[in-house]
Amino acid sequence: MSARMLRVAAVEPLTPLVTRFRFEDPEDRRLPLFSGGAHVVVEMPDADLLRRNAYSLISDPFDGSGYEIAVRREDTGRGGSRFMHTQVSAGDLLRVSEPVNLFALDLRARKHVMIAGGIGITPFLSQLKQLSRLQVPYELHYAARSRAEAAGLRLLNGAAHVHVHISEEGNRMDIGAILSGQPLGTHVYTCGPEGLIAGVEDAAARLGWPQGALHSEAFLSPPPGKPFEVTLARSGTTLTVGPHQSLLEAAEAAGVEIPWSCRGGACGQCESAVLDCHGRIEHNDHWLGEEDRNAQTKIMPCVSRFQGETLIIDR
Amino acid sequence: MPRIDFSPSIKTRPVYAALQSRGAAPALMLAEAEGAEALIELADADAAVMDRAHVIYIPGGSGHGARLKALAPKMYHESPSFDACLERYRKALGDAQMGTQLYLAGGEGALGRAMSEALAAGMPVEAIQTEHRGSIARRMQCVHCKGVTEGVTTDPFTCAHCGLTLFVRDHFSRRLGAFQGVCVDAETPGVVPAAQEIRP
Repeated sequence: MSARMLRVAAVEPLTPLVTRFRFEDPEDRRLPLFSGGAHVVVEMPDADLLRRNAYSLISDPFDGSGYEIAVRREDTGRGGSRFMHTQVSAGDLLRVSEPVNLFALDLRARKHVMIAGGIGITPFLSQLKQLSRLQVPYELHYAARSRAEAAGLRLLNGAAHVHVHISEEGNRMDIGAILSGQPLGTHVYTCGPEGLIAGVEDAAARLGWPQGALHSEAFLSPPPGKPFEVTLARSGTTLTVGPHQSLLEAAEAAGVEIPWSCRGGACGQCESAVLDCHGRIEHNDHWLGEEDRNAQTKIMPCVSRFQGETLIIDR
Repeated sequence: MPRIDFSPSIKTRPVYAALQSRGAAPALMLAEAEGAEALIELADADAAVMDRAHVIYIPGGSGHGARLKALAPKMYHESPSFDACLERYRKALGDAQMGTQLYLAGGEGALGRAMSEALAAGMPVEAIQTEHRGSIARRMQCVHCKGVTEGVTTDPFTCAHCGLTLFVRDHFSRRLGAFQGVCVDAETPGVVPAAQEIRP
């Protein structure tokens, strides 16, 4: 994955929990443009740990003067967002990957309906800029618990087709109503908690929407868990994956390179063959199908964990 | 009329399955000639499929109108030809929403044309079901003059627009709803193989 050192140009709190970071080239060169929904992977050297977290770009895809991300502080997470909030300030240099898009708009659509829950608003912010340039019909529905937590409010334009649903104010999002009566050729994009994505999928299935018109991105970071041992057969090494570490990070710390792109269980790059497994793989990805999961013959080291006696993978 | 088993061909060639009910969802149904029997069988399997269905029937000499109407679809319309119902069909597609199911049944030419209209209206391909009944005559586009010749039953055939002798290919355009016809004697003008009936 190609990456470059970028300078933190601005750090701006949007809400008590969400902060916007702007990155620019240290010599003010133009950065590669991207497409709406793309993300970058930010490298965070935290003591002896190198964390890499993926964040959706929220800035204008056609503006190469900088990249912007919005990071929600997760105090129960593994520490990446806490690092961003407490250790990073303007002027710092961080390695940032080139943009990758696993949540692109389907440009064959006649209309785009975007449904965001909480911090899931982030990929839509760059998509909105792309859509208004393309002048394609769209509507955005943004649900948040409270106005104070809704970081997106500061970043959204006040367009009539941007709808804000604040559940604390009794204005809950009605997914069935959103999906009813949409014209032919509409595509729906959902980003937010698993429950929201499942809710949209259920409502769409009930209303007869075809699968091909549904897109989603769950903001997935490697969940913490119990430590476990894994043997990398080709490298001839056995290592312990710590409670706040992913298998991928543990392999990297041991000097074993596994190809990756999203580090969030969506892109499929790090898929690894399981050679021997006595126990249960905790599949946390969105990549493997039901059959592969049950067979326990493949694992996604970026997010999945293991409990049991032995796990040997082909790395 | 029995179903026809088409021989396997290249990937672009449409394949047709039996219509399956997707329940009482809003539906648009177009049947041409013997295609009516496919709709009747569909409703026999699940009567609810007609609850919110708009049925357009082009008899083309077949006489299934009374039986189709007796299935009590929400709307029923008979039309003497595809062209005569085109405005109605387009209006129905324009009014359709995500979740509307499209059921098409009939000969190859009608299926191709109805499908291409639906795709042009933005209908997702997964919402379209097609069942072949009746004629295997093809709707052919001449790749040279772009004219479309309907009801082609021999290979090669003469383009109704530019007069070239065209080879009937299995290469199909979903956008045009037509198979591609390619000049058969471009390299050896005048050397034309004998015309044969096209086979399924």
